[in-house]
Amino acid sequence: MMRPAVLLGLLGLLVAALFAGSLLTGPAGAGIGPSLAALVRGDDMLGLVMREIRLPRAALGLLVGAALGLAGAAMQGFLRNPLAEPGLIGTSASASLGAVLAIQTGLAAVVPLGLPLAALAGAALSVLAMLALAGPRGGTLSLILAGIAISALAGAGTALVLNLSPNPFAANEITFWMMGSLADRAMPHVWIAAALILPGAGLLLTTGRALDALTLGEDAAASSGIDLGRLRLRLVLGCAALIAGATAVAGSIGFVGLVVPHLLRRAAGARPSRLLVASALGGAAMVLAADIAVRLILPAQDLKLGVLTALVGAPLFLHLILKTRRQA
Amino acid sequence: MTLALSALACRRHGRTVIEGIDLTVAPGEFVGLLGPNGAGKTTLLRAALGLLPAEGHSSLAALPARLRARAAAFMPQGREIAWPVSVETLVALGRIAHPDAAGETDHAAVEAALSALSLLPLRDRPATQLSGGEQARALLARALAQDTPLLIADEPIAGLDPAAQIEVMRLFRRLADQGRAVLASLHDLGLAARHCTRLILLHQGRIMADGRPEAVLTPENLARCFGVAAHVAQGPQGLMLQLLDTLQPVVSPDCTPPKK
Repeated sequence: MMRPAVLLGLLGLLVAALFAGSLLTGPAGAGIGPSLAALVRGDDMLGLVMREIRLPRAALGLLVGAALGLAGAAMQGFLRNPLAEPGLIGTSASASLGAVLAIQTGLAAVVPLGLPLAALAGAALSVLAMLALAGPRGGTLSLILAGIAISALAGAGTALVLNLSPNPFAANEITFWMMGSLADRAMPHVWIAAALILPGAGLLLTTGRALDALTLGEDAAASSGIDLGRLRLRLVLGCAALIAGATAVAGSIGFVGLVVPHLLRRAAGARPSRLLVASALGGAAMVLAADIAVRLILPAQDLKLGVLTALVGAPLFLHLILKTRRQA
Repeated sequence: MTLALSALACRRHGRTVIEGIDLTVAPGEFVGLLGPNGAGKTTLLRAALGLLPAEGHSSLAALPARLRARAAAFMPQGREIAWPVSVETLVALGRIAHPDAAGETDHAAVEAALSALSLLPLRDRPATQLSGGEQARALLARALAQDTPLLIADEPIAGLDPAAQIEVMRLFRRLADQGRAVLASLHDLGLAARHCTRLILLHQGRIMADGRPEAVLTPENLARCFGVAAHVAQGPQGLMLQLLDTLQPVVSPDCTPPKK
């Protein structure tokens, strides 16, 4: 276990370095000094590149990564299960369905920001369905089951759209969108993501004490003065806002919410409350790093971010499982 | 009065688990809740705390959650520890009930609880790596650190070694002697007889006997409630109880189902 201030300080420095790295990575190939100068006061081409292309991309990496890491840590703490991931409550699958419908119907091409807004509508529907199915007083199991049902239904809807798509270009676009990417996003995407992710993060960061209390089970938490019904509501709404905001602008980026809390758990002394902010920073670092990597590995070929996080995340996860097995 | 239950009843899955429970626990009492498996001990404790929907009245369940957490601490029967937190961190979870307390008060309560359950040498160990008995002691220390007038514990000494069982019973008695109250479900009749100030016998969801240990642990009550024969005697060390035999075998000697 690390001192909390040290852990958060180190993670903060890492995120700051990767954010700068993300700003400085791209085909324009300008030096560090001119790039940063152009970001602040460049009227030329480089200034445009920095402010309209690189800055939104880096800001989205920060926001989306923090959202995934924080939602993963909160969900694992709430379900007391290290295998829980934020997609469990069905938000990401429903947001994807909304986005897929927007692409298929042409809404995404006609209405500015039609795609992220449709994704948000899908996510909102899933939250309503979740609250109706699991209820404000429903138990943990009904929450998980409702999430699985919603995910499966939204997944089936997405498959149906692809199945019946008369337009191969739309089908192609859908497939690529679902792999997750931060390329070619603009500042309005950042505002949409921030409008959901910041309040969602605010909500989840208030659950730390309750999640700590849940370490000893629901009865022990309830008898310590924790209102479990309110906690469940805050958790579902907070996670849904984070995941909806992230998925709407970036598509589905897997494994971040699952792996990051694992990596940081020991350093945070295994306390769910300490893991929240640490995982938000860790998630931001992981997504920023992965987004730099996709630009460096195959600069000409638009390697998708979600593909890379899964390619790196899955073996990392296997390594963690092996390590846990050796300790047991 | 620390706890007052009147006409408390609880139905689960269409079955009445407890019914007509009238019970008060006053400061200075260490009340042992006895009864065979399935008698409703856990349900009674959880309903009293408001953790289960129940009919009737419980003075604790009537309180808002925040105040209830300062009136009573609860050690559940399930020894659940989800994350490998250190023993000290685990015990400090008891302080969640006191969000406004000063840091020194929190620290003192945690230290006192750690030392009361001889956990000081284990304080930095991950709680999930302890033995079952050590985990039970850590969870009890967590409830103790909550620093409440009433401590409710569901089978707190199950799985402890004999010395630890006696020490926990002594600790509960000491808490009672200091003016707090303890309500604990127990299965060890001998320890209950020696250490509790009062015993309650729960049989098929109803209170069958309630009073001083020597008044409750009569051979007749033990036969009716548990189906066991016992030798009960008043010795120089206090009440002594030795179980002798079962009266109606729960499982027949050759382990085949009893014939009609």
